[in-house]
Amino acid sequence: MARIGVFVCHCGENIGRTVDCARVAEALRDLPGVVHSVDYKYMCSDPGQQMVKQAIAEKGLTGVVVAACSPHMHEKTFRRAASGAGLNPFLCEMANIREHCSWIHEDREMATAKAIDIARTLVEKVKRNRPLKTIQIPVTRRALVIGGGIAGIQAALDIADGGREVVLVEKEPSIGGHMSQLSETFPTLDCSQCILTPRMVEVYQHPRIRLYAYSEVESVQGYIGNFRVTIRRKARSVDEDKCNGCGACTQACPNRKVPSEFECGLGKRPAIYVPFPQAVPNLPTIDRSRCLLFLNRAKGRPDTCKKCAEACSKGAIDFDQQDRLVTEEVGAIVVATGYQVYSIGKETGRDDLHGYGEYGYGTLPDVIDGLQFERLASASGPTAGRILRPSDGKEPKRVVFLQCIGSRDPAKGMEYCSKICCMYVAKHTMLYKHKVHDGQATVFYMDIRAAGKGYDEFTRRAIEEEGARYIRGRVSRIWRDGEVLKVQGFDTLSGRPILMDADLVVLATAVRPQPGIEALAQKLNVSYDRHGFINEAHPKLRPVETSTAGVFVAGACQAPRDIPDSVAMASATASKVLGLFASEMLEREPTVAVVNDALCAGCFHCERVCPYGAVEHREVRNRAGQVVRVVAYVNPGVCQGCGTCQATCPSKSVELQGFTDDQVYQQIQALGL
Amino acid sequence: MDGEGARPFEPRITAFVCNWCTYTGADLAGTSRLQMAANVRIIRLPCTGRIDPMFIVKAFERGADGVIVSGCHPADCHYNAGNYHARRRFAIFRELVDFLGIDPGRLTFSWVSASEGAKWRDVVNETVDRVRRLGPFTAYRELVTDPPVTRVIGEEVPA
Repeated sequence: MARIGVFVCHCGENIGRTVDCARVAEALRDLPGVVHSVDYKYMCSDPGQQMVKQAIAEKGLTGVVVAACSPHMHEKTFRRAASGAGLNPFLCEMANIREHCSWIHEDREMATAKAIDIARTLVEKVKRNRPLKTIQIPVTRRALVIGGGIAGIQAALDIADGGREVVLVEKEPSIGGHMSQLSETFPTLDCSQCILTPRMVEVYQHPRIRLYAYSEVESVQGYIGNFRVTIRRKARSVDEDKCNGCGACTQACPNRKVPSEFECGLGKRPAIYVPFPQAVPNLPTIDRSRCLLFLNRAKGRPDTCKKCAEACSKGAIDFDQQDRLVTEEVGAIVVATGYQVYSIGKETGRDDLHGYGEYGYGTLPDVIDGLQFERLASASGPTAGRILRPSDGKEPKRVVFLQCIGSRDPAKGMEYCSKICCMYVAKHTMLYKHKVHDGQATVFYMDIRAAGKGYDEFTRRAIEEEGARYIRGRVSRIWRDGEVLKVQGFDTLSGRPILMDADLVVLATAVRPQPGIEALAQKLNVSYDRHGFINEAHPKLRPVETSTAGVFVAGACQAPRDIPDSVAMASATASKVLGLFASEMLEREPTVAVVNDALCAGCFHCERVCPYGAVEHREVRNRAGQVVRVVAYVNPGVCQGCGTCQATCPSKSVELQGFTDDQVYQQIQALGL
Repeated sequence: MDGEGARPFEPRITAFVCNWCTYTGADLAGTSRLQMAANVRIIRLPCTGRIDPMFIVKAFERGADGVIVSGCHPADCHYNAGNYHARRRFAIFRELVDFLGIDPGRLTFSWVSASEGAKWRDVVNETVDRVRRLGPFTAYRELVTDPPVTRVIGEEVPA
């Protein structure tokens, strides 16, 4: 016979104000199976929990219903309390009479009646709960980090320094990400490469980090603690073991006019190239879409140019190299794929981005984006750190910066704030002023958002000490007039239209997630928002976890982030990963499906609908060892407990523990007239 | 009130919702103190994929005047694809509702995410209003004579 205890919480005034808790407790006392029913001011308080424990011990309860807040809030608390009193924690259920009742209704009568109904369904359910054991699954204590920018580097180093092996995957030929392209960083103006490259080298030399550069994640299988990841190692056409990074091949290549990705198109590179001098690993890669030999092969012509191979003293060039697939077993995954800047006018395949054609980006050579300006200002850049405009190589004396291009603009771009632009534009005006002393920097802005340590001081310095002219307003049009660019806009503070001449225009374009992020997110089973940013599990309390257990997120693939934010997030993911790896076994909720062998007809509809591939075939043998039937078996390590199999099963021979048909039907019944 | 007849009809609505999106969205509605009709009773399931169409039929049989089924938006399922299976299942089930003698207006299928507290309120209020206009659902109650439909009170409780 069931012996159920009901505990009704007032939650101070939160529930008590609209729900008559004493009446709820009284109404439930009369239900068959209920042997104890009380109400109390604060059930989750220590005395409240003691009441639960005491009742379990004294009344020999076989089930507990706590009518209080949402199970998402305190289910764990009361399950722990039940467990402390010797009751199986899965014999404790929460009836949500706060979020789903007292907070959303004012009529005391109706709210009380509803609270009684809610609690009654849970009483009927808990009567049919079975004691369950948490599932123990082994953990592979290695981590995969996707993305070798500053976030990925930091996460990999922290995890590896914590004593666990890391596999770091980077899709570009070198790690370093966007940070390696920056000239100097706000708000300290320290050189980006100077602080980044030592960490890149550290990654390369770390005994516990395995680096797969020029590689991409092909597929992901498994679940927390036990992921099986297939990585595509793209063909570099260079043998990594033989190459010593001398660079003779890149010198020998005759096709030297390929726009460099690293220089954002402002510089050129050969078809066999190392993206930048400090690249890690320092290995050249043949760009097959630009190499003469591969272009000829594509047209069915014989190989003509082999200049790189001839120049290589190590015989490292391998024109026949193929993509290779490698498989790695890991227990946790950190996604740190970073961002791209909204490249206006160059965007393809997305209809919702209408671009900013009126600014001439992509058509006027002297209208560039922020990342291109970084390359112009960088000592290692195409102009060796001199600010020279792309069209004629002259030093611009009047530079106009436009903020919020594509950001905070739901009509033409993205409605969110890209966060980093206010700061980097202030930095750009300073870098410009330091290099062109007689130059004038003008900034069109909507608002200055400089929240951060030392950030507001930095933008103030740009305006007050470094002579940048800030105009609050938008620019409507930019056109070319001879050698100058005409900038037409509006000053919203003085209420006057503006027409000014500029030699160079820099657009602070919106930060967007990397292309292909959706496909990756789908491989990882993590959710993403409509812009493609990876969703965190909780915006405040679980900022680096994702909707999938064991998959974490760091840096600008989650939302626009600056370097300190990305590094902080990366270290947070590392602490989560190391915490996960602290024990050899992992505990999981036992809400998994179980097959009744006797009933299963082996139709395997469940196998077809299971989102996790958790259904396996199991042979049932007779005493002679012959296979008599093949039935379904749900692997409890893989099953996540959605219950789709149960709703699909024609013979109802698979049951989701904790949500069995019997339990649900009794709940429905309990609501009946 | 002077008698039974004077009391306005209050529909009884049973809602089958998934734990991750709609249940959490309803939690958010609560946290945001969004006032709504008190006619809906939620039964929490892990996923809309778990919702057997028989649950809906059973709810009507047991006296519900309306049913809400709600879960994660397409592509947002906590279990990746459970809601797609649910969608297919209910696309077919919807065709049968009329055949079962149930006005399709009594049934609401919706997607409410964990961040859509206000949408949950709207789904609740709209469903209650619609069902209120349709009146009590008595077709099944009239059919069932034996055993008489009573509250579960008095039913046998398993050991």
